[in-house]
Amino acid sequence: MPKGVTVNVCMGTGGIAGGADEVLAAFREELSRNSVEGRVLEKCAVHQVGCRGFCARDVLVDITIDDERTTYQYIRPDMVKRLVSEHIIGGEPVADWMVSDEYHRFHDLQKKIVLADCGTIDPEDIEAYIDAGGYRAITEVLESRTPAEVIDEVRRSGLRGRGGAGFPTGQKWELCAANEADRRYIICNADEGDPGAFMDRSVIEGNPHSVIEGMLIGAYAVGSDSGYVYIRAEYPLAVDRLRLALDQARAKGFLGPDILNSGFSFDIKIKLGAGAFVCGEETALIASIEGERGMPRAKPPYPADKGLWGKPTIINNVETWANLPPIINNGADWYAGIGSEKSKGTKVFALTGKIRNTGLIEVPMGISLRDIIFDIGGGIEGGRLLKAVQTGGPSGGCIPQQHIDLAMDYDNLLAVGSMMGSGGMVVLDESDCMVNIARFFLEFTQAESCGKCTPCRLGTKRLLEILTRITEGEGRKGDIELLEDLAGDVRDTSLCGLGMSAPNPVLSTIRYFRHEYEAHIHDKHCPAKVCRKLLTFFIREDLCVGCGMCRKACPTGAADGKPKAPHHIDTSSCVKCGACYDVCKFKAVLKE
Amino acid sequence: MISLTIDGREVSVFEGTSVLEAARILEIDIPTLCHDPRLKPFGGCRLCIVEIRGMARPVTACTTPAIGGMVVTTTSERLYRLRRTIIELLLSDHPNDCMVCARAGDCTLQEQAYFYKLRLNRFTGEMRDHDRVDANPFIKREMNKCILCGLCVRVCDEVQGVNAIDFAFRGFNARVTPPFEKDLDCEFCGQCVAVCPTGALTGKVWAGEARQKDVKMTDTVCSYCGCGCNITLHTVRDRVVRITSRPDTHNRGWLCAKGRFGYEFINHPDRLKTPLIRRKKGGNLEPAAWEDAFDLIAGQFTRIKEESGPDALGGLASARCTNEENYVFQKFFRAVIGTNNIDHCARY
Repeated sequence: MPKGVTVNVCMGTGGIAGGADEVLAAFREELSRNSVEGRVLEKCAVHQVGCRGFCARDVLVDITIDDERTTYQYIRPDMVKRLVSEHIIGGEPVADWMVSDEYHRFHDLQKKIVLADCGTIDPEDIEAYIDAGGYRAITEVLESRTPAEVIDEVRRSGLRGRGGAGFPTGQKWELCAANEADRRYIICNADEGDPGAFMDRSVIEGNPHSVIEGMLIGAYAVGSDSGYVYIRAEYPLAVDRLRLALDQARAKGFLGPDILNSGFSFDIKIKLGAGAFVCGEETALIASIEGERGMPRAKPPYPADKGLWGKPTIINNVETWANLPPIINNGADWYAGIGSEKSKGTKVFALTGKIRNTGLIEVPMGISLRDIIFDIGGGIEGGRLLKAVQTGGPSGGCIPQQHIDLAMDYDNLLAVGSMMGSGGMVVLDESDCMVNIARFFLEFTQAESCGKCTPCRLGTKRLLEILTRITEGEGRKGDIELLEDLAGDVRDTSLCGLGMSAPNPVLSTIRYFRHEYEAHIHDKHCPAKVCRKLLTFFIREDLCVGCGMCRKACPTGAADGKPKAPHHIDTSSCVKCGACYDVCKFKAVLKE
Repeated sequence: MISLTIDGREVSVFEGTSVLEAARILEIDIPTLCHDPRLKPFGGCRLCIVEIRGMARPVTACTTPAIGGMVVTTTSERLYRLRRTIIELLLSDHPNDCMVCARAGDCTLQEQAYFYKLRLNRFTGEMRDHDRVDANPFIKREMNKCILCGLCVRVCDEVQGVNAIDFAFRGFNARVTPPFEKDLDCEFCGQCVAVCPTGALTGKVWAGEARQKDVKMTDTVCSYCGCGCNITLHTVRDRVVRITSRPDTHNRGWLCAKGRFGYEFINHPDRLKTPLIRRKKGGNLEPAAWEDAFDLIAGQFTRIKEESGPDALGGLASARCTNEENYVFQKFFRAVIGTNNIDHCARY
């Protein structure tokens, strides 16, 4: 980094939602104003950078003076003036607004490979990527390695697919390259659709060139001249930055015919997804690119044998592609030295739920859940107790609190009934009802089922109906066994990964939280006090001051009373909407 | 050729044969709802699942290519249970309408329900309600009965090349429909009706006419054109109530709109069954014997040819005749009458 002053403003989607646009503009304006007044600020550069993960503290701003970096959190446009005058001009950092120790703890246990440059380089400038060592891997590969050597390097690195299933990437490439074909295709799966997941989005928004370079390496290795990035249209910023990155890469000669005078040609097209979750399934994604309805096709044949337009096709997820330049640059041995025995490297997780530090993290494989939740994540919000961690999104399961020392890798997660998935991680505490969590995920999968195969189309619907009736107090004896039977049958007979894994949330919550199901069915009681139809709302007279807020909020007139006298709730007309509970400032409304 | 073992029996097949096809060579019955050997495999109904040694989960026999040395099991307690659940799920969203359904006794779903002894259903819940009536003239679409096997969609695409229908919507709401859920507006070949395994697609002309067990089936040849498609007339008391075609015919069971739906003329009261001759100028046409009619035609042809020459006569043939008939017809005009005045909608 050049000497002088650099201001980096976090402009990931999280940052922009927090007002990073205005903060960036305020810095530019404030600095140019001071510069016009003859101050020494000509050397000051203001950059936008991609997501750095700690979204809970956005907008994050780095001010670097002569390599001395200070990070500020929660920055608003009106704070910019003081930062410029006191820190940049005056040389005195503003201690009040600097990030706390927690920010550093958030980063200390992480190991950043994929996200290494996210949040430090300008994603809209190819020079920033090149300055950070970008396109060095593909240059070296084209100059001095054969395709077989590249595949071997990837195979030895132990990299496994980051889309969720964890298939060894090198093996996939080997299978594809072994096929006789006049043409092969490369696809980047950026159809990230799990609720609460934003790993791939942040990688493309923060460092799109790393994905392009990864695809170039893959294309060279298997002999492909044409690639696609299948990306959700709901990610407009990622699409814009990717498009810009492709243009810049073409202009620099990294994409197109005869790349770097090597004789190797490759180009990438963007294909926008139209909002179907199932198009993240590789065969449905391929059908979608071909212009067909996004419905999965039976495997075998696998895409590596017969994929896009019937040709051998490599389809890998964004994070997998972004891992490749570092593997080539640092070697397979370096990569294989990180992580656990069978899961190498790092994994990016989107940490959400009842946790203090929500955001994007990258950790070495094999790290324990405890480290993630209590050190990186800063523990549970509000001092409540951890109940479970949901990984793998709608396809994954819930890992109960007793497995908190589980080392996170592909095989361990499968063993406890969950899966790695693409990296969603939702932390659940004692205020979460596990039946309701299962119901939430089934609601999602049944709505996103393509409808092609019977077990997924109708099985998930029936699972959802049974779960819904349990949460509404209509559960019947035998429902748990019925859920287990049907969930198992849907898992065993569905056509694609969506249907096969859709029962996981049900099966894993029954496995670890059967007592919660039993309480709902037999006692008509929701232990976490979430399922409204199973709750009774009442007012504690000793706490009620008669302010009348509940009376005004109640839609049915069930909450009533005279002003300044304790109110009461008529249970026969109460519809359990919870409005009284939400508005009471004296915690006098209780639910049981 | 590769050889594999199915239920303990060895079979040799060509590379590219599916496990289902291989099993059928051995006459092993694997139930299917979405499979038709004339169409590309789909793998949607999941009924044809089999166990293959070395594979963790059951796979569909229709989509899995046979590989040399494969060991396949088509019947087991587990497969029975899984298949039964699939049928049960389908029935949980299917009207219990067999008593008034045209396909009763000729319905694959009903047959499977019988085989798996499904009377009570463990799954009750919401059922689809596609109550929209399609106003097209030929094909009755009762989409509540649709099991989304996709046969109609595929036949329309792969055989007819029309693509008049496709899947729309997702999950439980997925359905087969013409674009924008409009009325069907296609060639009305009825290929979709022919492949539908349930009562979702039937012919409007034969709705409510007869139950399958009451019909007599007679194989014959369609009289509409020279293609000569093989058809099967379904009759009740000498009245034609439906036309189908067998998959093992030279037309592979496919027909056109006329051949499949245009049979009402057969039993129509206005249909001509004998020649008619106008014996007096200005008089009525009267029924006559064929001999009288042929005598009249031959006499008039001879007279006109003698009085005005052969070119005063001309012949118009029909595409409904066979090639052989049309050949004889032109031969008759050229060689017997002596004129080249012959024409035909497809031209000689």
